[in-house]
Amino acid sequence: MGAGVPKLRTRQAVLAALTDEMRDDPAVVVFGEDVAVAGGPFKTSEGLLEEFGPLRVRDTPISEMAFMGMAVGAASTGLRPVVEIMFVEFLGVALDQLTTEGAFFHYLSGGRIRVPMTMRASVGAGLGFGLQHSRTLEQWLVGTPGLKVVSPSDPQTAYGLLRAAIRDDNPVAVLEPRALYAERGEVVTGEEGIVPIGTARTVATGTDVTIVTLGQMTGVATRTAAAAAWSADVIDLCTLVPWDRPTVLESVARTGRLVVVEQSPWSGGWGTEIVAAVTAELFGQLSAPPIRITCPDVPVPFNKELEARYLPTPGEVDRQITELLDTGRRPLAWWERTNR
Amino acid sequence: MSTPELTRRAALDGRIARFDRMVEIREFEDRTKDLFGEGLVHGTTHTAQGQEAVAVGLASAILPTDTVTCTYRGHGIALSLGMTPETVLGEIVGRTIGSIGGVGGSMHLCDPEIGLLPTFAIVGAGLPVAAGAAYSAQVRGTDDIAVAVFGDGSTNIGAFHETMNIAAVWNLPLVFLCENNVYGEYSRYNLTTPVDDIAVRATSYNMRSLILDGQDVDVMASSLAAEVAKVRDGVGPVLVEAKTYRYAGHSRADTAPYRPEGEFDQWLERDPIDTFERRLVDEGVLDGGGAEALRAEVAQRIATAVETVFAAPEPGVDSMFTNVWAD
Repeated sequence: MGAGVPKLRTRQAVLAALTDEMRDDPAVVVFGEDVAVAGGPFKTSEGLLEEFGPLRVRDTPISEMAFMGMAVGAASTGLRPVVEIMFVEFLGVALDQLTTEGAFFHYLSGGRIRVPMTMRASVGAGLGFGLQHSRTLEQWLVGTPGLKVVSPSDPQTAYGLLRAAIRDDNPVAVLEPRALYAERGEVVTGEEGIVPIGTARTVATGTDVTIVTLGQMTGVATRTAAAAAWSADVIDLCTLVPWDRPTVLESVARTGRLVVVEQSPWSGGWGTEIVAAVTAELFGQLSAPPIRITCPDVPVPFNKELEARYLPTPGEVDRQITELLDTGRRPLAWWERTNR
Repeated sequence: MSTPELTRRAALDGRIARFDRMVEIREFEDRTKDLFGEGLVHGTTHTAQGQEAVAVGLASAILPTDTVTCTYRGHGIALSLGMTPETVLGEIVGRTIGSIGGVGGSMHLCDPEIGLLPTFAIVGAGLPVAAGAAYSAQVRGTDDIAVAVFGDGSTNIGAFHETMNIAAVWNLPLVFLCENNVYGEYSRYNLTTPVDDIAVRATSYNMRSLILDGQDVDVMASSLAAEVAKVRDGVGPVLVEAKTYRYAGHSRADTAPYRPEGEFDQWLERDPIDTFERRLVDEGVLDGGGAEALRAEVAQRIATAVETVFAAPEPGVDSMFTNVWAD
């Protein structure tokens, strides 16, 4: 990217996307807890109230069930609401409205109603928020036909995916890695900056292995690959539903090896879907078993060292991929080894 | 552009048409229950005999441009708002003639043209959605209102309280219409609810409330119209409790053995349709022969609808892949 492309923090990219969509379309509204007067707990809506006024930018009570349902109702009657779930765990008290009501209104109206709502939630570990404020919870959302799920990995994708989500006529869940809000990067704004839903990004190319990753783990995978003795395609999925099968399958068909790096539990994380699909499609062409590098099946620990250990690290990613290439067998995860 | 649905809605300006619609709902629900009992329909259904005056009163008091959310006990509301017996029964039976082509079933009726969002099979879920429609009207600068119709059982779920609270704080153009039909699923409401009147719950939210006789369609229509006018003028939300009674059990298989002896008979004495008929005859609006002819005509209308629905095709397999995603 050349001169003139501004560097923004991820949180500023989110704000820029909201601002641009609100300027483009008077039907776009933003509501949630502390998003208006306070400018958002992560400063992702600073200044929106001043520019767009108290009807379009509105603080709600601490009532996730109510405001999620209001997004469904508002989207069904002419608005494009963007609601903010401060920490994705708070979705637990509002899930019905997203996955049982909003996701199905188009179907339940015979196609006569569209529900162009966007649910933003901050996700992920690393900042010491404790186990009730540190998960990613993609698995609560995938598997609901009618609901799209995306997750940005840097300021550009934060901007581009959010704009695409707001313009989409389906409910879209945008899972924003909280640990990335302060990271800076170049952001192309405007129409060219939009990241289409359903299209993965290949952020590095290589020959030995295909790393499929998402969100906060994209940076970990990319940095690891850049310094490693092996060479990898690193694919940032960007969208989990619907995920970009052609890009992933094309890459694995070339490299013969699939490694998913994900900030999910070992059991039931989103990577199981990728591994299952790739294994079924490319079984005879694989030169190693597809593996997943994940978090262990434990609550997110608070202690700073433990929390850092909980997440897939560059060291763990490098060790497991090196071992996979050497042995052709699944390496033990760090917590499975006797000397952990 | 008029449609059968809008025409049926507009007709409710007249009291005879309101009487006709109430008779239609009763006949429709009785026939629906029979069809399930005869094993002609699979799945389940929730009928609303006894609650006709609430449904027709509501439809008389609001406009097709207003938004309504309601419960899985929604056949009567749907018919009141203007949906035809064919599209409602077609959906209940699961045929292409149904409102969404038979992929929804009894609990999932919808017609946005007359303001009905997809009906809710999750208790209380319609309340926040109605609030969203009310907020939408605020933002778009229209004088549309929204109505959330729900039962007494819904007032013990968080969605009710969260929505009452935010509706009051945001001064939303929203009518909370509680059909207090005495039973929440299989439980009499005094066993689950610590207040005698749902209406008192508005006090906690600094919201206006009133209690109406849900068995009197004249009261329902006129009182609701007065409240709707205030809400449309921007005075903020209101909780209306309509005292009514669910004649049937919770769902098709429930014979309601848990009801105290004599309770149903007491309510039958105040049957909303019979009461209204007597009043119309007393006032000379309708004569006894006219009422009888009307009931016969409605019975024929529903019989024809049943024939039409059962003659309609089953949906093809492609229909389940349609409208999953909005393009």
